[in-house]
Amino acid sequence: MPSVGADMSVAMTASMTDVTHQHRLAWVLGLGLLLLSAALAVIGAGVGSTGFESAWRAWSDPVAWQIVWDIRLPRTLGAWMAGALLGLAGAVAQGLFRNPLADPYLLGSASGASLGVAAALALFGVSPVATQWLVRLGLTGAAFVGAVAAVLLTLLLARGVQHTLRLLLAGVIVGVVLGAVHSLVTLLAPEILQAMQAFMLGSTGFVGWTACLLMAAVWLVCMVVAWMLSRVLDGLALGEATAHSLGLPLAPLRAALVAVLALATGTAVAQTGLIAFVGLAAPHLVRSVVKTTHGRLIFLSCLMGAVLLMTADMLARWLIAPQELPVGVLTAVLGGSYLLWLMHRRTGRSRML
Amino acid sequence: MNKLLAVLLVLWAALPSRALQVTDDRGVAVSFAQAPQRIVTLLPSLTETVCELGQCQRLVGVDRYSNWPASVRALPQLGGGLDPNVEGIVALKPDVVLLAQSSRVIGRLEALGLKVVVVEPKTHADVQRVLAKVGQLLDVPDAQRVWRVIDAGVSAAAQSLPARVKNTRVYFEVNRAPYGAGESSFIGETLTRLGVKNIIPAALGPFPKLNPEFVVRANPDVIMVGDRNYQGMEQRPGWAGIRAVRDRRICVFKPEQSDVLVRPGPRMAEAARIMAQCLVDTAGDKAP
Repeated sequence: MPSVGADMSVAMTASMTDVTHQHRLAWVLGLGLLLLSAALAVIGAGVGSTGFESAWRAWSDPVAWQIVWDIRLPRTLGAWMAGALLGLAGAVAQGLFRNPLADPYLLGSASGASLGVAAALALFGVSPVATQWLVRLGLTGAAFVGAVAAVLLTLLLARGVQHTLRLLLAGVIVGVVLGAVHSLVTLLAPEILQAMQAFMLGSTGFVGWTACLLMAAVWLVCMVVAWMLSRVLDGLALGEATAHSLGLPLAPLRAALVAVLALATGTAVAQTGLIAFVGLAAPHLVRSVVKTTHGRLIFLSCLMGAVLLMTADMLARWLIAPQELPVGVLTAVLGGSYLLWLMHRRTGRSRML
Repeated sequence: MNKLLAVLLVLWAALPSRALQVTDDRGVAVSFAQAPQRIVTLLPSLTETVCELGQCQRLVGVDRYSNWPASVRALPQLGGGLDPNVEGIVALKPDVVLLAQSSRVIGRLEALGLKVVVVEPKTHADVQRVLAKVGQLLDVPDAQRVWRVIDAGVSAAAQSLPARVKNTRVYFEVNRAPYGAGESSFIGETLTRLGVKNIIPAALGPFPKLNPEFVVRANPDVIMVGDRNYQGMEQRPGWAGIRAVRDRRICVFKPEQSDVLVRPGPRMAEAARIMAQCLVDTAGDKAP
């Protein structure tokens, strides 16, 4: 019947324009975030211990130039990289567990990193053997080892990546147990409490150029792997049975995704401490603007997380200069307020954000 | 007869009480029939205060962080200041418990019938005040003399510094966040009395959490830091250019020394001597 055919062709054209519209929107969002990153990087090079001062003055003064080059630029770019890593990890976690409340710290990596740092701080200068290893490893190494070890422990406890629920449960258990051991360590060595709190709330204070390059390398690797595996996440979003029937080899690909998650989270946490909310909020913020599949979602999530963390880092350095607020507090305030506003605006429509 | 009894009662009530009465930091007046003989302290600086007044033998229990003098380590340890072992404290049947305001256990101990006196030294002036108060509590007559000895010790340490060391610009790092010790902190007051300059002005508060760039910009001549927090200091981005790092004028304190320096208490003369020794050692062969 011609009217049905006409209706169908109209519907198909409408849905195709909708898809093209979303593609274009994704491009616009990506470009917009990149431009914003560049602008924030320039501003960030000007925010320091005296609040905002023009980076142009650095041209004439060699000491100021050294400060801008050695301290402020690596911090700003480090914030970008750490935000990108957390955004990537958040998008992967939410896709892997099909849970909108998933964040990068789901598999116990936060507690593992805190325990690593607490143990390192408590052992510094106490035992000469331990100190030798610790000096080589440094606090960043200890945090990374702790995060990765916690994820491995979770995998061991869950006996593989096959059952999502068992993996989640094991992650929660490992998080709680390692958190308790961490509390015990801080009780026995209370002088590390202030430094521990600084780590738990996050800071880009000591990020230098080597740290930036390391994070950039890890981000490239994780991004490439996640991009290649984005089809698996798309398949999983349709449900496990459907994914199986589509012929996706779920077990090894899931293991690869968990490895990407652990590597990205471990690297970000090692350099900047535990920064809450960026991994959770970035994918949601992207989804509130554009509907897209996991490949583009992961990349846009990186950019969104990077911009979020850069903004928070600049505000943290600016507001009470020369003192510094912990960056984790500001990411929670910024990201949380925006999400609250979004939810308030869209209450009534039955949609998740 | 009844009227006489009434008058006698009024007269007896009006007689000045022979009991000891102390007003603690909360403003609560705690009274004792006689000077307390069994004392429990839950703050290391209060343990040191009691021992400086020569009443170490009256201590029956301390917290787990009290470690000076060595004799208190043999006493029963009753948990920390913030998480004490209430049962252990009650079992020791103390006459008084000395602790800091921030402890949640105060209400619990008072409900169990123990007498609690809250004192905490946080500044130099506080040390004198706490010595006087604890001296009054323990019925020790020469608390003022003890304070004068401590004060003279600090002045002696200040005078022992050669003229070229005065006006050195010092950065004292309390821990690696980095938190620095400002002019208004206890450590800062000791540094001021020694005659050196603190790169952290009083306006930033006692223990500000600094932007590491601030230290690079301020370019201190000497850095003082505890052993625990020192690892990796020279590798911090931009810190290799600081004068103190370039000339290797960094004092790294051992844990026992850190204890003395960081705790506001009656060992402040020893703290001043440690800092003075550090300044002299790092002054090196610099021409005046």
